[in-house]
Amino acid sequence: MADKILTKHFGLENLFRIDVYLKNEGYAAAKKALSVMKPDEILEEVKAANLRGRGGAGFPAGVKWGFVPKDIEKPKYLCVNADEGEPGTFKDRYIMNHNPHLLIEGIIISSYCVGINTAFIYIRGEYEAVALRLEEAISEAYDKGFLGENMLGTGFKLDVFVHRGAGAYICGEETALLESLEGKRGNPRLKPPFPASVGLFGCPTVINNVETISNIPSIILNGAAWFCQAGLPKDGGTRIFGVSGMVKKPGIFELPVGTNLKKIINEHAGGMVEGKKLKAVIPGGMSAPILTAEEIDINMDFDSLVEAKSMLGSAAIIVIDQDTSMLDVLKRVTKFYSHESCGQCTPCRIGNSWINKIVKRIADGGGKKEDLDKIIQLANSMLGKTLCPLGDAAAMPILSIIQKFRDELESYIPLGN
Amino acid sequence: MSPELTDRTKKKIEEIASRYASKEAALLPVLHLVQREVGFISQQEEKQVAHLLDIKPIKVEEVVTFYTMYNQEATGKYHIQVCSNLSCSLLGAELLIDHLKDKLGIGVGETTADKKFTLTTVECLGACEQAPCIMINFDYFGNLDKEKIDNILDNLE
Repeated sequence: MADKILTKHFGLENLFRIDVYLKNEGYAAAKKALSVMKPDEILEEVKAANLRGRGGAGFPAGVKWGFVPKDIEKPKYLCVNADEGEPGTFKDRYIMNHNPHLLIEGIIISSYCVGINTAFIYIRGEYEAVALRLEEAISEAYDKGFLGENMLGTGFKLDVFVHRGAGAYICGEETALLESLEGKRGNPRLKPPFPASVGLFGCPTVINNVETISNIPSIILNGAAWFCQAGLPKDGGTRIFGVSGMVKKPGIFELPVGTNLKKIINEHAGGMVEGKKLKAVIPGGMSAPILTAEEIDINMDFDSLVEAKSMLGSAAIIVIDQDTSMLDVLKRVTKFYSHESCGQCTPCRIGNSWINKIVKRIADGGGKKEDLDKIIQLANSMLGKTLCPLGDAAAMPILSIIQKFRDELESYIPLGN
Repeated sequence: MSPELTDRTKKKIEEIASRYASKEAALLPVLHLVQREVGFISQQEEKQVAHLLDIKPIKVEEVVTFYTMYNQEATGKYHIQVCSNLSCSLLGAELLIDHLKDKLGIGVGETTADKKFTLTTVECLGACEQAPCIMINFDYFGNLDKEKIDNILDNLE
């Protein structure tokens, strides 16, 4: 069983160069897929691996690919979601920077499987240096015949382009990403139709996160059974956990799906910074409901976190210490969502800015007794009432912070107000 | 008035546009290209880009005003963007912002009189393991404190 799949070769010098990648099993999976496997066999293998989406929603990748209509005249597209905007998340940057060819190889196999001839990597605009690295790697792959016309002599053709976003959290939402790729504002689309049938330029489109696609080569090379040895039966493989906040060793840690959160924080991330005590943890990016210090003895997989009324999301762990005021955390969280709401749906546009104004007023000493209930009411009026998940992504952490830290938050409201 | 785009840029725009099923889809990368050349996107640039991509200028303005990375006015030679999101805040982003305000003598959203520095805050840069972090133009700097910031700034010409 492999304990590391994606970061296994990270220590190698110049791994981002195709020559080094090739010397370390690089493109062996793509060769196997294109020369000896049929697309249907690849699809079955990916389904059997129970590879769930690493971007946040956790939808099984194989099932998603299966939704794409087979006999259709229109071109099909692959969009790799490299927008990585969920606060606390930085794992995809590591994959693309250290091992860009792993992502490209995953793109090749995925595209061959679904019958796609054009793939776009939609990367957040701030990652300019990473985008350049990807473009260099893509150019190397063309030169070696892994991309372009008649790839590896099989007659299959694939073009890959890097497309930079320009600073909008909402574009990590898959339909906003499509709008953005089409040159428009990132306003999410109504679903259905789902992108698998009507996506980019109205054509069938697969959208997967960087980490999801980067797992494909190892599944094809070693088989689904091997992949499932790490992780859980319904949730296979590893996750790249990103730990930030008040820990001694913040960073990325690739560990089996289901690794205990307490262990990740205390052993892998070195525990709390000297003199600091744990207060709370956000386990899956800012949108995930917060856990108290007492709740962190939990396995980091989709189902365990749903059971704990939180979510695994992008597996981005933010560690908060006792000296941090939860009002400050709430202020930060609400400022972010009020800034990033695209403005299309009224509950999210008005709700988030209204909540942020109330929290700021409390922080400035003008809190009123009814404020917290008002925030709860506003958050509940966003939950499930917007086109895209941003409304929920904002409401969930806000509600959980108030529910779990109500006494502390009330202590910031002057008596008699 | 900003100058006409160079022929080289216009050619590059054509090349980028050819990647997509519709020319309009090239808008974001093209705006990045134009901003790199001109420094910002004013209505003049919006019109030029609209013309080159066969779309209405309002379509370009819609996009320019939606995305935070497009500047509608000139920034200083060095645009300092301080991440003020949660992980960076936990590790002292506010102190960095206060320090930068003092050091540069400007507020957030302002440019120094000599046009050398612009100071803004930014939402999560995706470098939380290096909190607190900042971006100067497109370079990331992390694990910062006042001293390190002073060092970085003092070495910028």
